[in-house]
Amino acid sequence: MDDLLQEFLTETVESLDVVDVELVKFEQDPNNAEILANIFRLVHTIKGTCGFLGLPRLGALAHAAETLMGKYRDGSPVTGDGVSLILQTIDRLKEILEVLEEAQSEPVGSDDDLINLLDAMSLGEQAAASVPEAVPAMETPADSNAVMGEMAGDDGPLNIVVRDLKPGEVTLEDLERAFNEAPGPDDMGPPPLPDMDFSTDNEAVPQEAVAQAEMAEPVPVPSKETPAVAPEAERRAKDDRRQEERRAEPKKAPVNQTIRVSVETLEQLMTMVSELVLTRNQLLEMVRKHDDSEFKGPLQRLSNVTAELQEGVMKTRMQPIGNAWQKLPRIVRDLSLSLDKKIDLEMIGAETELDRQVLEVIKDPLTHMVRNSADHGLEANSDRAMLGKPEIGKITLSAYHEGGQIIIKIVDDGRGLDAEKIRAKVLSSELATEDELDRMSEGQIQKFIFHPGFSTAKEVTAVSGRGVGMDVVRTNIELIGGTVDLISVVGKGTTFIIKIPLTLAIVSALIVEVSGQRFAVPQLSVVELVRAHGEAGHRIEMINDAPVLRLRNELLPLIYLNKQLGLEPSPEYKDAKGGKEFVIITQVGSQTFGIVVDFVFHTEEIVVKPMSNMLRDISMFSGNTILGDGSVIMIIDPNGIAQSVAADSGVQAAVERQAAVVQASVREDLTTLLVFSAGSDEPKAVPLSLVTRLEEIDNSKIERINGRDLVQYRGKLMPLVYLDDYDPASRGDKPRQPVLVFTDDDHSMGLVVDKIIDIVEDRLVIEIQSDIPGVLGSAVIREKATELIDVAHYLPKAFDDWLDRKDRPNGGNMQKNLNLLLVDDSSFFRNMLAPLLGSAGYHVTLAASGEEALSLKERGINFDLIVSDIEMPGMNGIEFAEKLKFDPDWGDTPIIALSSHAEPDIIEKSKEAGFHEYVGKFDREGLVETLREVRVGMEEAS
Amino acid sequence: MSKNHKRDAESGPLEEFVTVIIADQLFGLPINRVSDVFMLTDMTVVPLSIPEIAGVLNLRGRIVTAIDMRQRLGLPPRDSDETAMAVGIEMNRENFGLVIDRIGDVLHLPINDFDANPVNLDPRWKSVAQSIFMLESELLVILDVDRVLDLGDREAAA
Repeated sequence: MDDLLQEFLTETVESLDVVDVELVKFEQDPNNAEILANIFRLVHTIKGTCGFLGLPRLGALAHAAETLMGKYRDGSPVTGDGVSLILQTIDRLKEILEVLEEAQSEPVGSDDDLINLLDAMSLGEQAAASVPEAVPAMETPADSNAVMGEMAGDDGPLNIVVRDLKPGEVTLEDLERAFNEAPGPDDMGPPPLPDMDFSTDNEAVPQEAVAQAEMAEPVPVPSKETPAVAPEAERRAKDDRRQEERRAEPKKAPVNQTIRVSVETLEQLMTMVSELVLTRNQLLEMVRKHDDSEFKGPLQRLSNVTAELQEGVMKTRMQPIGNAWQKLPRIVRDLSLSLDKKIDLEMIGAETELDRQVLEVIKDPLTHMVRNSADHGLEANSDRAMLGKPEIGKITLSAYHEGGQIIIKIVDDGRGLDAEKIRAKVLSSELATEDELDRMSEGQIQKFIFHPGFSTAKEVTAVSGRGVGMDVVRTNIELIGGTVDLISVVGKGTTFIIKIPLTLAIVSALIVEVSGQRFAVPQLSVVELVRAHGEAGHRIEMINDAPVLRLRNELLPLIYLNKQLGLEPSPEYKDAKGGKEFVIITQVGSQTFGIVVDFVFHTEEIVVKPMSNMLRDISMFSGNTILGDGSVIMIIDPNGIAQSVAADSGVQAAVERQAAVVQASVREDLTTLLVFSAGSDEPKAVPLSLVTRLEEIDNSKIERINGRDLVQYRGKLMPLVYLDDYDPASRGDKPRQPVLVFTDDDHSMGLVVDKIIDIVEDRLVIEIQSDIPGVLGSAVIREKATELIDVAHYLPKAFDDWLDRKDRPNGGNMQKNLNLLLVDDSSFFRNMLAPLLGSAGYHVTLAASGEEALSLKERGINFDLIVSDIEMPGMNGIEFAEKLKFDPDWGDTPIIALSSHAEPDIIEKSKEAGFHEYVGKFDREGLVETLREVRVGMEEAS
Repeated sequence: MSKNHKRDAESGPLEEFVTVIIADQLFGLPINRVSDVFMLTDMTVVPLSIPEIAGVLNLRGRIVTAIDMRQRLGLPPRDSDETAMAVGIEMNRENFGLVIDRIGDVLHLPINDFDANPVNLDPRWKSVAQSIFMLESELLVILDVDRVLDLGDREAAA
């Protein structure tokens, strides 16, 4: 009995889930008979089984719901209220099932409220179903033979009575009670008889039942019998039930040919296969040593079969992500009703498969996030209309595979995250100081919603804000090695991006060695690998005994894995300053740190096996695995390491502060500069963005033709130029010569330098302007006075025709030079761009600010084109463009925006302000190209 | 099962024990708890683990946690070059290996003749020894496998 009940529970809960989804679909598409038939069938099966197992409450509820659905099937109009009521009924069914699972018996209680409503609705529907429908409904038996057969079949006389009494079905309750009480008067609630009857019958029934069922087939459906003949009717009911089952079976079969297998069996299979793979590997290793082994052929086959078997078993663990989404349409529907918002939920990629273990973990976070989007993300319909958005808010859920991961996106087109509100909330809950917030970008501030103890909901609604916040979502996702991120644009909506591994059972891991022992580091948490050595480049430094690594502009705390694991350093392991070590840059949540190891070998797909209970309390390991060579190694848990870092000392806080400062400065106008020396000792620099490549050229390859040094480079001759104060003789007898290659279209130029010193990212302030041609000025870079080289000065030196190139605007058909106004507050850019634009054939006028440019307009000067920076002190580029937009004189002049920030909203804004085009500040070719396009457009227009 | 019910005419029911030698002392393990006996090769030491855990190793695709019985019993480490052996035990679906010096014979012993632990036995031994059996030539300490593997308790006690 227990097994049977268990099976019933599993099956019914599943069916109800399907009904949930189908109903919502049905509500939207009430004419789809197929969906309805499916729902009907499912509810009917539930009802039937309930009757069979003696579960009157469930049976009665299902029956009432079924009756209403029967009306829909017969053509009654489908109403939202009706569907809601059925959904409520399904919820009630689920509640009862829950208790049933625990207590093994139905809870005592009454469902009259729902049943009455359902019945009333059925009656109402019936009335609404108009006259032609009413007549056959009264004589139900004729209505639909199959259905009637089913209906009558499983609940036995009860149903029949109900049918007879139509439309007064309210009496069902009384009848049922009377019926239930008849066999066991002193029993409360559930009738003991069917129960006992069943268990005694059980063993004997099958063959007999089949036989009887067959016999029963031609027998007309028993009808119009009184409940008094209970035992007989019940018997027949049972037979009919079997018959019904048999009838239902072939219907199901072609759709879904599956069997239930316990997870345990699958896990066991998985273990066995892993073992098989290992044995195979060992065999292959052995045979490899003997070249002409007769085992080779069969072993190859074994190998292939094993691989396929492994794949197959892995597949059994995979489930479509749609399983986790199943409840969402229902949730969104209910939400949409309770919040009075119309919401459109779109689900893309439901068939994307992932490991069931992973699926379990992300189910709740996903539900929570969709709920959040519906509740907080989307505006009320009326507000949306006012904002000019489509009235119905849309939530799109999509999933797809990408590089061994699953990407899940939850997109809403709602109000977006208000960074200001979040900021205020962060301040009030003291999660960060004002100072810290000032240094953060909008995106960083928005990410505070993942912070523990943060909830933007103004008030706690029934829907969300119940204490389970996004931080829990994040924790859950990170627990399985996933990440969650968000992009939000105020007024446009929010996108959450979740990345999770396909499976937890097999992960890609980096095999490393420390103190002579190997460990696996899951690749998901590895950001990059850095080789640290004493010389320039990456160097491990110490702050009060805390090792740190400077990586680009971040200061990363370092952890020596051997120390964390309490291992002695291996003999070849040098001390931090002199040794060469591998640093695994690891990210856990918002924390980035480096793990220092002795060696890094390779990556390997490893089968994760749980740690023994005895070792489980070691937080540094997340599991262990068997490598291809048969040895067991531990899998490092980056979370555990991260915790120990955080707990390590106050140094961490200092490092974090410092990192924040460094990061904050990054966002200022930073320029990446290539620092080199050439000729004199003082360092020189060019913006790295101008340099195409760094090359080392063999000195013997340099040819001197016509007083010029040339070198064959990529199949072409490339001229080499020297800085003005550079003496080629000083090159000496170095065999190789470093050269900076600048390329513009198909012209390349090599600038000969002595040594490339460094690449630095720094805020560029030209402190001393220069009058020397070829030098823009001097700036302090890395605490040293550095000359900034004007590349534009050297271009004509390489090619006499550099100024006669096709991108000159008057490249033949246009004779006059176009007048161009360049507005930029940075003298560096003015100085860099002016010669460039000049060389492209424009007559360039410079203005250092919007005000200055406007004063040119006052003076009646006109230009053919304007190029303006966006970020300027005082009047910024956007304001400048807006001023010009409707100006009688300059209003028609094409204006091009120049900016170092390529964020979509800025581009959007600049377009709105009247800019024709938008070009990145360092995109020289793009600028010239854009100018040409704009010019072509002008010509065509005129 | 049936073994337990088989009655010896004189000394009552017999039970089978696998005997092992650890630091010259003979120990007995109920044979129904022993899944196999294997050589201890290619063992991986687990950093940060308690000293009783000798390491983990791969036994036919399963990861086995090896318990150093000398540590467990507070005996000095072994100095022999011989490859150690281990007795495989399954508990709660996990595989363990008790690292021993040598494996001995399988003995049929009448369980009615077992003696209780002497009161002066080392507490550490007392915690894992189930009873003592007097063989003709020496004493056999019968180990309680569950208690041997219950390392958490020992730690709390110590």
